[in-house]
Amino acid sequence: MESFLQQLINGISLGSIYALVALGYTMVYGVLRLINFAHGDVYMLGAYFGYYLSRLVQGRTPSHLLDAAVVMILSMIGCALIGVIMERFAYRPVRRASRLTLLIIAIGVSLLIENASQLIFGANPRFFPQLIPETHIHMGNLMLTNQQVIVLVTALALMILLNLFIYRSRTGKAMRAVSYNLDAAKLMGIDTDRIISLTFALGSALAAAGGILVSINIPGIDPLMGVMTGLKAFVAAVLGGIGNIFGAVLGGLILGLAEVMVAGYGSSTYRDAIAFLILIAILLFKPSGLLGKGQVEKV
Amino acid sequence: MKRLLWIAGTIGALLLLQWGATALLLDGPIRQGPYYYQIIILAGINIVLAVSLNLTNGIAGQFSIGHAGFFAVGAYMAASVSYYGGPAIRGAVSFLPLVGQDTVVLILALAAAALATALAGLLVGIPSLRLRGDYLAIVTLGFGEIIRVLILNIDAVGGARGFSGIPKLSNFFWVYLLVAAVIATVWNLVRSSYGRAFQAIRENEIAAQAMGVDVTRHKVLAFVISSMFAGMAGCLFGHYTMYLHTNSFTFVKSFEIIIMIAIGGLGSIEGAVLGAVLLTVLPEAFRGFEGYRMIVYSLAVILIMIYRPQGILGQVSVIKRVRAHFITKKAAREAATKAASSAAKMPVKAEGA
Repeated sequence: MESFLQQLINGISLGSIYALVALGYTMVYGVLRLINFAHGDVYMLGAYFGYYLSRLVQGRTPSHLLDAAVVMILSMIGCALIGVIMERFAYRPVRRASRLTLLIIAIGVSLLIENASQLIFGANPRFFPQLIPETHIHMGNLMLTNQQVIVLVTALALMILLNLFIYRSRTGKAMRAVSYNLDAAKLMGIDTDRIISLTFALGSALAAAGGILVSINIPGIDPLMGVMTGLKAFVAAVLGGIGNIFGAVLGGLILGLAEVMVAGYGSSTYRDAIAFLILIAILLFKPSGLLGKGQVEKV
Repeated sequence: MKRLLWIAGTIGALLLLQWGATALLLDGPIRQGPYYYQIIILAGINIVLAVSLNLTNGIAGQFSIGHAGFFAVGAYMAASVSYYGGPAIRGAVSFLPLVGQDTVVLILALAAAALATALAGLLVGIPSLRLRGDYLAIVTLGFGEIIRVLILNIDAVGGARGFSGIPKLSNFFWVYLLVAAVIATVWNLVRSSYGRAFQAIRENEIAAQAMGVDVTRHKVLAFVISSMFAGMAGCLFGHYTMYLHTNSFTFVKSFEIIIMIAIGGLGSIEGAVLGAVLLTVLPEAFRGFEGYRMIVYSLAVILIMIYRPQGILGQVSVIKRVRAHFITKKAAREAATKAASSAAKMPVKAEGA
């Protein structure tokens, strides 16, 4: 029982990271109907920005928590810029092209970021500096680290903020309009280009946050760390119903739990397969995802 | 009869080329011969992969990004046939010379690979009935990864250690025989009623259905044929490198094949061949710029897709063009001689012609 609860905590902690990255996928898919394969690489860039920033920032502010917050916010801004640049130069020129073209470009952008990072950062894994010293919190026989708590709280806070932004602000409303129907939104006077840029910026910032939170927990970072996480986060987004914000969070949590349980009770080598098995099952039985609305195809 | 002659001619030419390549590159005076030979082999395998993937992605319009999975199934299936069953097969045909025994083993391995991957293709083809576009792409990606993880967990084929000790049975001849086979198959398929049905599905599934095309059957057929060739390519790959590891079959390999057909031109056979050759040879040619070549290569993909989304060749068929060029020239010449002769016979009516 205790080991189950322990796994549950680990699963939720992993799942909240997937959820953060999945949010970016789902938002971009919502507005552009594009699977942004490079999103996982933005998450990796977030971790690397964090790595360099923490060497600058660490010890300059009064507390460890403030250190981490400054690193995280700066890295989120950096990745938001990357996201906007990516959209402007790779996706905007082909927005009207076929979805296959978009998909291939997304694959190209992903390869570009991965290879450029290997060249710039080096291909070897780096050790992410410990921004917050680890302490253990005991609850009965359960053991939590303060880092796990921070990851959970931050992820939750970011998701609530995003939710407030999308459902309570004017810009959020515009974003929902664009996602509902791009052309109609344009006719209503919404600057769709700006909204799409903003979507990329927000999604990339969340991915960066995910990257840093992961590195706080598991300090090894390398230029290809975003590949698998990116794919799994995408699975999470589809699982919850792509284009649906709550769906992404739910999908992320389910995926994180499933993965930790399989690794804990089954074989850890099957860990990577479980995500895809879930994906195929969900697509075969309910292609719109858990919370997605079924769409009627119009001729 | 004409077809038989073609096949015999191809086999003869390939045998000659094989002999030439061995004499020149492997045992010959060229210092880096074996290296060039290997590039030629790998280019051939990539051509098979690209042309076969083009059948589903370019011609039938069912976007699959799990081709490496089929490649892996074929490679591992064939390797286990020749590794575990090889001695028994050789025993059964011990009356043949060594080359003959090799051939029998390789053909059986190829058949096993084709069968196993055709089955796998059927398995993936079935979900493709329900899904389209991005979702299908992701499901095929998932299948590819699941296949890889499963293989990684089978100890009989080496698991994470990799599968070593595979006999070296494939060579230039076999690889390019398969290249010829895949090109001939896809070429003829595209020009048959099946090919027209594939293209109809690609252009508009609902319209195709309304015109009486059995969408389900054709989609599955495209998948099965395409995966079968990928599996046979896997067989020849494994029997050339003599070692297999699941790391060669990740989705990165699938992406690579997609990029080949995207650069060459989706839906064009010549484009797929060109893309495969370019993407095999160029990285080797720029090996000196190790770090930069992958960057240039991904940039090239992005730029080509932005500025020439139909690929370098696009839907244009080079062979058709060349043929049309000669045919019109010939027709013009014939018309000219005809006109001249008729003019000579009937000078009065010549103005009217």
